[in-house]
Amino acid sequence: MTATVSTVVDRVGDRRPDVTRIPLSRAVRVELRKMFDTRAGFWLIASIGITGLIATVATVAFAPDADLTYYTFAKAIGFPITVILPMVALLSITSEWSQRSGLTTFTYVPDRRLVIGAKTLTSIAVAVASMLFAFAIGAVGTVVGSTVAGVPEVWDVSLGHALTIVLGNLTCLLTGTMLGMLLRSSAGGMVTYFVITLLVPTMSGLLAASQQWFADLQPWVDLNYAQSFLFDGMQTGAEWAHIASTVAIWIVLPGILGLRLVMRSEVH
Amino acid sequence: MITIDSLTKRYGAFTAVHDITFTARPGRVTGFLGPNGAGKSTSMRMMVGLTTPTAGSVTISGRRFADLPNPGREVGVMLDASAQHAGRTGREILTIAQQVIDIPARRVGEMLELVSLTESEADRRVGGYSLGMRQRLGIAAALIGDPQVLILDEPANGLDPAGIRWMRDLLRDYADHGGTVLLSSHLLTEVEIVADDIVMIGQGRLVCQGSKAELLQAAGTVVRATDLPALQRALATAGITASVTEDGALRTDAEPTAVGAAAYDGGVPLTELRTADSGGLEEMFLELTADTQRETHRERAAA
Repeated sequence: MTATVSTVVDRVGDRRPDVTRIPLSRAVRVELRKMFDTRAGFWLIASIGITGLIATVATVAFAPDADLTYYTFAKAIGFPITVILPMVALLSITSEWSQRSGLTTFTYVPDRRLVIGAKTLTSIAVAVASMLFAFAIGAVGTVVGSTVAGVPEVWDVSLGHALTIVLGNLTCLLTGTMLGMLLRSSAGGMVTYFVITLLVPTMSGLLAASQQWFADLQPWVDLNYAQSFLFDGMQTGAEWAHIASTVAIWIVLPGILGLRLVMRSEVH
Repeated sequence: MITIDSLTKRYGAFTAVHDITFTARPGRVTGFLGPNGAGKSTSMRMMVGLTTPTAGSVTISGRRFADLPNPGREVGVMLDASAQHAGRTGREILTIAQQVIDIPARRVGEMLELVSLTESEADRRVGGYSLGMRQRLGIAAALIGDPQVLILDEPANGLDPAGIRWMRDLLRDYADHGGTVLLSSHLLTEVEIVADDIVMIGQGRLVCQGSKAELLQAAGTVVRATDLPALQRALATAGITASVTEDGALRTDAEPTAVGAAAYDGGVPLTELRTADSGGLEEMFLELTADTQRETHRERAAA
């Protein structure tokens, strides 16, 4: 208790001419830091790298020689990423409520859109970095795998296809962002995410198989179905329209509602 | 300066805060006093934009909180010291604040020293902190931006007696340097030691407000004599109504001057004459919040 206020609080009562608005870049930098500065956050993102390596090794070990192509690797490494990235995006938002840190976050930055915007950009940055990592490690896997198996290297992912895979991952990620805003609860968000990604597609498939009217409607309303166009790399104009329609229904509209709730909700 | 004007918050039919108006002035510590559930925390959350008021407004140095370009540089806020990510270290929490509000990194170390958190404590995760340590960290986070205004909800909660003393000295010093301090408490003794001004609320309504000196004066006069009946007669002769306190003194709403004169006229030697102290204010606190206190309701229900 040696220090007193007067030694560290120098200018109490002064106006602050040097105080400027908090820029987005600073908010992004801080949110990026917050994504890594807890054990849970660190290991969640580290798990992207870890599962990527495991997937690569497993592909080399178990995939038939004929399938040791770049696409096989990219797909194997990409699968865990499509699950983890939405969690990263979701938890970065919900932890402000579940861990109650929002009480300080939103008093330092009262403009909640700035905080949410920074979190979304940060999640996207982590996603893009993860995808680059996946493509790189997939390339290593392809070279190593084909050498081990004694088959020629097959580079069967075009740049365009790689971009749509990134885009597909971003739709998964933004589903997490949307749920984070909409529910503001870590547990609730995760459960809902798996309902949306696992249960809804199954039910949608069953319904489409038995009801002709839904079979026609499905591409327009089934997000998972439309996402497969992005991951499989076969898009026609109609499929792009399906992607736009499902993203609007499942991500954009609920996302706008979620943002409104974030703006209005009371932070306890 | 914090200006609260007709602040109201309703949740459906329930009114949590009803039409509260007061000002916390620079250079003074304003105690925001009320029993649990009186609406103190809701009011404070509205001051910093975490809860939207149903009606009324709050300005800080003339501006709404949401309009402050970088609030952490102008208002230090601690609403709930436990509301932190349990997985972050104390140092990390201050570092995040330092980066968000864009101040030199050395402030983190300075603040840790100010609130007496050691290096090893600062590097532990706050999930393992005691409530007292969290309060200290919360104070550090509130002061790190060198603000002119402090808004603290129950800052003395969980502090040991030495910690309470330290907090009191710190806030006194801060106000003496021109800062504005608004602190809430449900404990009168805590507030009256440090506060210059007191605002009391009960069931969301403003019960009374004023400087501590004024309120103490309003709490009346305590007078004592060896010959109690003679003193009672002397006061009655002068038209002063008084009641006997538990410890055999008389308490009255009259001024000490009038009481002294009455005793002199009646020829009664006094052993004590003073304005009612904390006890008086406490009595007023209990009295003023009587119909808003949970205990009273329970007693009545039991009776």
